[in-house]
Amino acid sequence: MDQVLDIATTILVFGVAYAMLLFIISVGLSITMGLMGFVNLAHGAFAMVGGYVTVKLVTPLGIPYLLALVIAFMAVAAFGVVMERLLYRWVFDRPELDHVLFTIGLVFISVFAVTGIWGPDPQNIQLPKILQGDLNLGVKSIPVYRAFMIIAGGAIVLTLFYGLERTRIGAQVRAAVDNRRMAESCGIPTGRLFTVIFALGSGMAALGGGLGIQILGGLKPVFAFEYLVIFLIVVAVGGLGNVRGTFYAALVLGIIDFAGKYFLPEGGGFFIYGVTFIILLWRPQGLFGKAQR
Amino acid sequence: MSDATPSPAATELLRAHRFRLIELLPWVVAIAVYFLFPGYRLMATQILVLILFALSLDLIVGYAGIVSLGHAAFFGTGAYAAALLANAGWQEPLTAVAVGAAAAGVLGYVSGWVVLRTKELTLLMLTMALGIMLYELAKDMDEITGGFDGINFENSPILGLFAFDPLFFTSNYWYAFAFLLIGFLVVRLIVHAPFGQSLVGIRENDRRMHAIGTPVRQRRRHVYTIAATIAGIAGAIWVQVQGNITIAVYEFEMSGNILIMVILGGAGRLYGAFIGVIVFAILENMTETVLGTDPPYWELLLGVALVLTVLFAPKGLLGLFDPFVHRLRGKAP
Repeated sequence: MDQVLDIATTILVFGVAYAMLLFIISVGLSITMGLMGFVNLAHGAFAMVGGYVTVKLVTPLGIPYLLALVIAFMAVAAFGVVMERLLYRWVFDRPELDHVLFTIGLVFISVFAVTGIWGPDPQNIQLPKILQGDLNLGVKSIPVYRAFMIIAGGAIVLTLFYGLERTRIGAQVRAAVDNRRMAESCGIPTGRLFTVIFALGSGMAALGGGLGIQILGGLKPVFAFEYLVIFLIVVAVGGLGNVRGTFYAALVLGIIDFAGKYFLPEGGGFFIYGVTFIILLWRPQGLFGKAQR
Repeated sequence: MSDATPSPAATELLRAHRFRLIELLPWVVAIAVYFLFPGYRLMATQILVLILFALSLDLIVGYAGIVSLGHAAFFGTGAYAAALLANAGWQEPLTAVAVGAAAAGVLGYVSGWVVLRTKELTLLMLTMALGIMLYELAKDMDEITGGFDGINFENSPILGLFAFDPLFFTSNYWYAFAFLLIGFLVVRLIVHAPFGQSLVGIRENDRRMHAIGTPVRQRRRHVYTIAATIAGIAGAIWVQVQGNITIAVYEFEMSGNILIMVILGGAGRLYGAFIGVIVFAILENMTETVLGTDPPYWELLLGVALVLTVLFAPKGLLGLFDPFVHRLRGKAP
């Protein structure tokens, strides 16, 4: 019995920590997708840049980890605005195939840029002392880093939910996701709204990249390709543009993925796809997506 | 009715599927390359097979408007079916191609039921997930698939007459050539047939096609299955001409690159697949020999090329010539 409890806690703690990470990175993708119908396959590249910025601020410059995360968030958010104004806006009205090619092109360029600037070797991060070691909960001890991940993720989730449900800009986002044309007719500046959301989403991705370096097993220039499908899965299963749905999808998929890899180290990476196929067979629009047509 | 002259629009339609002299050009080039550049036969053979693969993807992306980022799932399945069959002792190559085609076709039909129910991002993600799932599976079952190291296998001579030649790629080249020619003719027939025309209609406006009574879902499933089958054939030939297989046939890179080749050349126009594959392969080869791979200049070039293609040449490289062609046609009687 003790053993069962032990395994269950491990899966829950590690799975939820992973889920939080998935949510933080994917939520921006989900909202931009829902708002503009824009398929941004380069979203993972923003997370990667955030991760690299964090690593490079912490290791050679000695800036505290948490401060580095904040800087990475702001830097990448600003970068996101520049990209959106300069490049992305030219392809918004194109068919999705163009979105796909355009953003895959950006991912290729990011692979080159990151290799050129920071080299091809995997990067890891020296966590501050306070985040190392284990946290004793009496019954079982869990790694502090995972606990921190869960708490930080939880705080972000609550902030986002609050912002979306209770603030003016949140209401505007919900309206625009529901029906962009109608929202525009009511005087909501969806274009400007999108820029803000895009910046926020890019920043969140960067934050996720910085937070998750250890969970994801280090950073590599091909990061954006490696994790692309998992972010897309979370968004699609959650329902496009649905923050709540994205959160539940991240939770379900994060725990299932970790459990799969825990019980079946070989072949466990397989589970998450099977679950995805079943969920989307049952609800093609995602768990919480509105039915199309 | 029969003696009436068809209207100009009808003439255009009647003329669309007629063979033109210029369509001989790629085949003449392919024959010339064999004799002029014997040192590049491996690459040339690979290009021929990739064109067939690209044509199959063009059917669904360019004609039916189904954007797939996981077409390697079918390529790899055809490849593994053919390779494992040869490895198990059945060394006749043509039956192995048929088995590969059937395996990929069944996978296409079954996965089409799930994948084609969805649209846009979800569809894209599911095609990609299928490809990566099979890659993971092949990686885990490395006792059977050979994993990263791969397996080597041998095939008996084609039709019992022409032995595969791993050194000079003689019969291998013509083997790929023949399959490409047949495959091309089949695809050309499909896109000009009413079936292919209805696909274009579905791509442009699926609701209207539905309204005039076209079985939209069924058509999409059918073309998806056909494309999967042809991709399976391409996969089977790909490994047969090289005599070995690794899990690279299932890699995401394969799916991504083939999509890029189709778009680069121009989707939905048959010959785009030819141009796209050739330009892609030659540029990749040249960049990596001239500039090297560290830092990855090829990725930079590819990325920039994609961004520029989307911004300035949405119809692909062949599309750039459209204004000239139209002007020429306009002047012709």
